Amino acid sequence: MRADPLGRSSALRTGRHRHVKLLYFAWVRQKVGTSEEVVTPPASVTTVSALVDFLRQRGPGFEAAFANLKTVRVAVNQRHSGLDAAVGPDDEVAFFPPVTGG
Amino acid sequence: MSAIRVQTADFDPGEEIAKLGGAEGTTGAIATFTGLVRGDGGLIAMTLDHYPGMCESEISAHVAAAYTRWPLLAVRIVHRVGRLTPGERIVFVGVASAHRQAAFAACEFLMDYLKTSAPFWKLEEREAGSNWVEARAEDDASVKRWQSP
Repeated sequence: MRADPLGRSSALRTGRHRHVKLLYFAWVRQKVGTSEEVVTPPASVTTVSALVDFLRQRGPGFEAAFANLKTVRVAVNQRHSGLDAAVGPDDEVAFFPPVTGG
Repeated sequence: MSAIRVQTADFDPGEEIAKLGGAEGTTGAIATFTGLVRGDGGLIAMTLDHYPGMCESEISAHVAAAYTRWPLLAVRIVHRVGRLTPGERIVFVGVASAHRQAAFAACEFLMDYLKTSAPFWKLEEREAGSNWVEARAEDDASVKRWQSP
């Protein structure tokens, strides 16, 4: 897990609410049924991978969206990231299919 | 000098080329790419979804990378979003340099990265329904040529 340059892990220890902003695009948005939301995952959720596991339990739409992680890409704070990337309070995490612009 | 725009409105390639410079007398080459919506297989329209903010930052990062790789004088990129019909312009990449090799190469480099890393998604609309375009392996292969030493 990469080090958090903003030292957000200290917020975890103090136990303040860990709001994470989530964005969904293209078919991921259609499957989960929303384009944007703020969630408060449990303190044990410190990586994208753990966040996905948390989201999967929220209903069939989420289960469908994350059924095959090979088809889902992720960005943390608007940077392409992997499943092992760290997620902390106030981060913005986006899930989407491989990009097809141009 | 570089300009990056993500917009629903159409753009004028001629105007973009004019803004790439030349009047200063150092520009020897301007290479441009304009992408259009192809009406393949009964395509009615294409709707482009995008991630505002990240699109601009991804494109900016690759423009900065192009400037470190080639001696560029100006770069202009326009990418449209929203619903577009066959024949409409989608994307413009224009590069100015002293010589053509740098202009051609940087234009291709920027287009390859635009296709594989900028967060845009195409939804194709046909008589039978709508489908999200799938990423193409050829595009990933195209971008790899810039990664070898």
